Amino acid sequence: MKALIPVLIGLFAVTAQAATPNEILAGYRAEAAKNNPRYQSSAELGAQLYRHSFGVSAKMPSCSSCHGDDPARGGSHVVTGKAIQPLAPAANAERFSDPAKVEKWFRRNCGEVLGRECSATEKADFITFVMRGR
Amino acid sequence: MNAAHLLAPLFSMFMVCTAQADDLRLPAGAPPAFQSECGACHLAFPPRLLVAEDWRRVMAGLDRHYGDNASLDEPTRRAIEAYLVENAGKPKKLGPSGTAAPGEAPRLTATAWFKRKHHEVPPAYWRHAEVRSPANCAACHKQAASGSYREREIVMPGGRRWQD
Ligand code: HEC
Ligand code: HEC
Ligand code: HEC
Repeated sequence: MKALIPVLIGLFAVTAQAATPNEILAGYRAEAAKNNPRYQSSAELGAQLYRHSFGVSAKMPSCSSCHGDDPARGGSHVVTGKAIQPLAPAANAERFSDPAKVEKWFRRNCGEVLGRECSATEKADFITFVMRGR
Repeated sequence: MNAAHLLAPLFSMFMVCTAQADDLRLPAGAPPAFQSECGACHLAFPPRLLVAEDWRRVMAGLDRHYGDNASLDEPTRRAIEAYLVENAGKPKKLGPSGTAAPGEAPRLTATAWFKRKHHEVPPAYWRHAEVRSPANCAACHKQAASGSYREREIVMPGGRRWQD
């Protein structure tokens, strides 16, 4: 199932440089459904993932430590202090429009915060949450 | 063609000739990934603020980047390194480089030049909640993203303008 991600990214890259958040979400949903055909992405589980304090890294315990408590309002990098624009596509049209960028930051940030990669299920839940907002 | 068109090139030549400490605009020719990668977690730092050798050390250890992982694919890494090295600062101007912790890559906030420019800044400001790190140039230099560090653009944390 990991092999699907490059395929999806390749597909997006060929069909269009820019994808919509819904297309990117659909990609992760389809991948999650391979393990569980009845899978439906959940904003509630996404919100938990967004705010949960994993305790893997003392400096950056949760996604919200950099992205802010409200994905529609943005935050600032816990170490460098740099302002980070909102993750919610409703507040920031650049979000979830480039599949390779999305995948890269999931890998990087899940690695820092959870100490492992996020599953397709977690990514779909996460995007469902930030698209709904709050 | 009007006067502005004729004057613009002259004006930019003038700007180049009078390049000074408060003008740290990025030199032309940056690979696109320089902004998108090196400008994602912090400001895309001006190449002139570290010497070539120090940039090579930064770019050689991106997987252990001041406690973070900033690794890149090899072609991108090499393109960015070439840009940084080509536009690096002069050792004579920057003075001895330094690190904040043993084993770390050199920091542009630890050069003699940076310390001299900021010796009047009260130390408490560097740890202020709105600043967090001396490398957060934009917390005080409001036009840092466009490479301008003029004194009248400085707003200290808490909202006070800087006066000598
Ligand atoms: C240490 C700070 C930090 C933490 C903690 C963090 N992020 Fe990020 N995140 C960033 C930065 C920096 C970017 C890239 C810059 C930008 O796009 O604003 C980013 C970008 C993203 C993107 C790219 C979105 C897009 O399309 O532009 C996603 C997805 C993302 N983060 C998910 C997460 C998730 C999931 C977590 C928690 C597991 C998390 N982040 C925790 C700093 C952080
Ligand atoms: C994933 C996030 C991330 C990315 C991407 C990243 N950095 Fe950093 N960088 C950091 C963090 C965190 C620090 C430490 C900041 C601090 O302590 O204030 C840092 C610090 C630095 C410093 C030292 C700043 C100082 O204190 O003087 C330099 C130089 C630097 N980065 C260069 C780069 C370059 C060049 C790139 C692109 C190849 C890059 N960074 C990409 C996170 C990142
Ligand atoms: C806490 C606030 C703060 C931060 C953060 C900060 N500076 Fe400054 N900087 C100042 C102040 C205040 C001065 C003026 C000092 C004086 O007049 O003696 C200054 C002066 C300068 C100057 C000299 C301008 C001139 O006219 O000669 C430069 C260049 C500069 N800073 C660059 C940087 C860079 C690059 C960074 C980030 C790597 C940075 N600063 C981070 C507060 C800050």
